[in-house]
Amino acid sequence: MADKIRVHDPRGYPPKVTGKRLAPRLETLEGKNVFLVDCLFDNSEVFMNELSDWFAKHFPKVNISIIKPRQSWVDDPEMRAKVAANGDAAILGVGL
Amino acid sequence: MSLEEAGIPTIAVHTHVFSRLAKATALANGMPTTRQAFVPQPVVDRTAAHLRAYIEGVDPVSKRPFMQEIIEGLTGPLSSEDLKGMSFDRSRAKLLEPDTEDNLHKLFQENYWTDNLPIVLPTEERVAAMLKGTSHSPDKVVGRLRPAEFREFWELTVEKVAVNAVMAGARPQYLPVILAMAASGTTARSSSTTSFAGIGVVNGPIRNEIGMNAGIGAMGPFNHANATIGRAWNLLSQNLQGGSTPNESYMGTLGNWYSYSATFPENEERSPWEPLHTRYGFKKTDSAVTLFRGGRYTQAGFGPRETWKEKFKRVFAACSPRQSPLLVMDPIVARLFTDLGFNSKEKLIAWIEENATLPAREYWDDQWVQTLLKPLAVSGVEPYATNLKAAPDKELPMFRAEEINIVVTGGETQGAWKIYEGTRSNNGTVSIDAWR
Repeated sequence: MADKIRVHDPRGYPPKVTGKRLAPRLETLEGKNVFLVDCLFDNSEVFMNELSDWFAKHFPKVNISIIKPRQSWVDDPEMRAKVAANGDAAILGVGL
Repeated sequence: MSLEEAGIPTIAVHTHVFSRLAKATALANGMPTTRQAFVPQPVVDRTAAHLRAYIEGVDPVSKRPFMQEIIEGLTGPLSSEDLKGMSFDRSRAKLLEPDTEDNLHKLFQENYWTDNLPIVLPTEERVAAMLKGTSHSPDKVVGRLRPAEFREFWELTVEKVAVNAVMAGARPQYLPVILAMAASGTTARSSSTTSFAGIGVVNGPIRNEIGMNAGIGAMGPFNHANATIGRAWNLLSQNLQGGSTPNESYMGTLGNWYSYSATFPENEERSPWEPLHTRYGFKKTDSAVTLFRGGRYTQAGFGPRETWKEKFKRVFAACSPRQSPLLVMDPIVARLFTDLGFNSKEKLIAWIEENATLPAREYWDDQWVQTLLKPLAVSGVEPYATNLKAAPDKELPMFRAEEINIVVTGGETQGAWKIYEGTRSNNGTVSIDAWR
């Protein structure tokens, strides 16, 4: 029978995960301000425009606004603050 | 997820090929029940009609109507799991359970801890011997790595870097170079769908001290130090950042040969120009390594011959405009350029900056110019804002001088040059001496 040996685990040190709760959900989207956050991937603008049109056709009482961060893949605290201050819900896309 | 924390119910839309990655990212962020909806891949190049069909169609992951997922994601009741999130500690023992060599090799391969070439098992004795290559303590934190900008950072220590250096077959005297690469914070194994790789260039006295090859075959598998240092950077990147597993933490659709090993030294002794690291604040007597992200395109040629300007213009126009060029040339080529009056790298870089151009319509049609530079242009950032207003046929510069780099290497058997995609990473030139 072959001898057993001990070797190092080659994997690194992941950070501890701290649980975060989801925000309370809305009872309805009617009359609410919903931000469509365009993540700036190629063609996501077209997708968000179509999504906005879908709401206009099927849920006209939902107030839809499309918003974009200043840069792709870079956090935009100003945009986030605007959504948090003026929005009731957000749909992000189309991202990885 | 930060919007959820701010009290805004949120749902994220992804294409279906990212479902595993999106769910793993949500888990790692402590919010495993983050609401997500999926549309088919691709979104890029699809018409408005196609995208409307996605919206009116079925989520390919949940198999439920896409818009039902969206609306219920924002209005559906929360479960107790949604309200508590998930906290957990992922620390693990330093050593694996004892096993036979055959079983351990199988374990490493099956867990994607290797590059699928044979590795050297990191026994305690081998790792201890590797650690003699540096004066730093094993538990010193070298830096942090992550496979993409939206992923979490993992921390890495000197010992963990040494473990991966052993696996790559490196020798202790190479460890300062490998530690410097790890300290750069630049991963050689991005999860990007575009399959870019890492390229390293070593400068300074350490090249000769550890026997690196800047002569014949400098960029091929002909030198132990070149080959294993580049391999170690790749192995430590994948293992110390949280993995590089296809369809989970690696999404490069084509993959990249350079992800095995792509590190070489500059032939400073035969180059007529200043070495690369002096451009970034180091002295010739310093040892440093410069890290590039790239290797998606490669162009090649010989010369310069009489029509070199026409050839260079064509070659650079075939490169991708947001992906910077790393021009690598044999010393013969460098000296021929000096004969043409380019008595410094900066002069040739200035020529490239001026002459590497694309018509505006082609420039702005590039997928990554659209994704990454157009938002800057729209925000008024120059020179992109001005370039966005250019007429379709106006020639736009593809690169800024600071984005173009030149390295001289090779054994003077041919006047050969290559242009690799090589975008120097942030903090991209790192002291090796600091890690001796």
